[in-house]
Amino acid sequence: MTEALTLLATIILGSVAAGLWRVLRGPAPADRLMAAQLLSTGAIAALLLLGAATGDPALLDVALLLALFGAFATVAFVLGARLARQR
Amino acid sequence: MSAALQFLGLLLAAAGAFFFVAGSAGLIRFPDQLSRLHALTKADNLGLGLVALGLLPFAAGVFAALKLLVIWALVLLSGASAAQMVAERVRAAEPPA
Amino acid sequence: MILDWLLDGMVALLILAAALWTLAAPTPFAAVIGFVGFGLLASLAWVRLAAVDVALTEAAVGAGATGVILLQSAVRLRRGAAEVAAATPGRATTLLAGLLAGGLGLGLALAVLALPATVPGPAAEAAARSAEVGLGNLVAAVLMAYRGLDTLLESIVLVFAVLAVWAMGPDRHWGGIPGPRFARQRDGPLALLARWLPPVGIVIGIHIAWVGADAPGGKFQGGTVLAAMWVLAWGAGLVRPPSVADRRVRLVLVAGPLGFLLAGLLGAVLDGSFLAWPAALGKPLLLLVEAAMTLSVAAALALLVVGPPERRA
Repeated sequence: MTEALTLLATIILGSVAAGLWRVLRGPAPADRLMAAQLLSTGAIAALLLLGAATGDPALLDVALLLALFGAFATVAFVLGARLARQR
Repeated sequence: MSAALQFLGLLLAAAGAFFFVAGSAGLIRFPDQLSRLHALTKADNLGLGLVALGLLPFAAGVFAALKLLVIWALVLLSGASAAQMVAERVRAAEPPA
Repeated sequence: MILDWLLDGMVALLILAAALWTLAAPTPFAAVIGFVGFGLLASLAWVRLAAVDVALTEAAVGAGATGVILLQSAVRLRRGAAEVAAATPGRATTLLAGLLAGGLGLGLALAVLALPATVPGPAAEAAARSAEVGLGNLVAAVLMAYRGLDTLLESIVLVFAVLAVWAMGPDRHWGGIPGPRFARQRDGPLALLARWLPPVGIVIGIHIAWVGADAPGGKFQGGTVLAAMWVLAWGAGLVRPPSVADRRVRLVLVAGPLGFLLAGLLGAVLDGSFLAWPAALGKPLLLLVEAAMTLSVAAALALLVVGPPERRA
């Protein structure tokens, strides 16, 4: 069971890491944001799986924080764009 | 009973992993931003949702199970709002059709 | 076993890749996104190293708060392109700095690899006696009791950082409202997020700060979450920052360090040494200081994001 859960975490992390190619490539800021968002969700999924695999309840709290901050890069980007337009 | 439930959970989590793989492939391969956004939201909503559901039989207690669901709900809320904000920016940048 | 190696190796390689991208990125925005990704991956690495306390800090401060502060800075810097270009070091200086930093990193890595398997030091004794402080979380016990002075000074550094940011404002705006003003969002995704996330986030922030006594978590992580929730409401135009002259703001800002200092002095009077937690008052006093510190960390981080005073009160 533990191996299966760790394997799933590795697969998810590997796939969203491949998505990081979009952070490199862009071309638009929105593409980079999307890749970062995917990495964040993938990291949350990996943390949940690893938490179940290791039985450490604290990993859920790390996932909780990442879930809470998931949209903040996008929010900061949108606010920055508003700020740039105001000036 | 619990072993059977855990096996079922594992299957659900594996389905979730499939959506992550599909979402990443879409993010890399799709030709325009709005399609890529579509791919991303599938991984966000379905991928993580299936993983969270699948892990419920592994949860240490009711509180831990609730936390799993809260995490999913938070990602749904953040993912949906972030996707809308990105889409607004993409449409603002496009010339009107 | 092989799977663990595969997972850890992948995380390590990805961290290096994200770090290289952050350095090589073509625009400040791209670099910040690389940095946020780096923070997420570093958080995972800390989890794999069984340092969940650090993972929580990295998730909140590294991937969350620092990303927002850096993005705001990138936007502010756009207006001063000429000054930024003038202050950017040349290729030779950058290369030299890179070589120095790389050499230092390599040296540190070699030093870590050369460490003996069992490290002599006060760690074992600290672990054995952590129950005396009344904290089940060893990291919290070390931070509050054994390295209390470090934690006190860290909390004071945050106050100085806010003062430094305030000092960036022009004289005529002193005593005014800090930061730009964002239009109030009546509907749309930002309004939705800013109304739904903070109620949940505040509960989670307090939860993280509270469980810090017995499980991974604590005031810095919890305070960061609280600050982020306020920043979200501010960005959606739902709340206005108070003026920098407001006494209540200043009080919240210094409550944590001041409480810590007073508790330390109390220890000096009752137990004969500064920052010795008096056994009689032990845990309640500690919780009081932690609560004040959580508020101060939240206020300081929020004010750091908001920036210097920009208009009259």
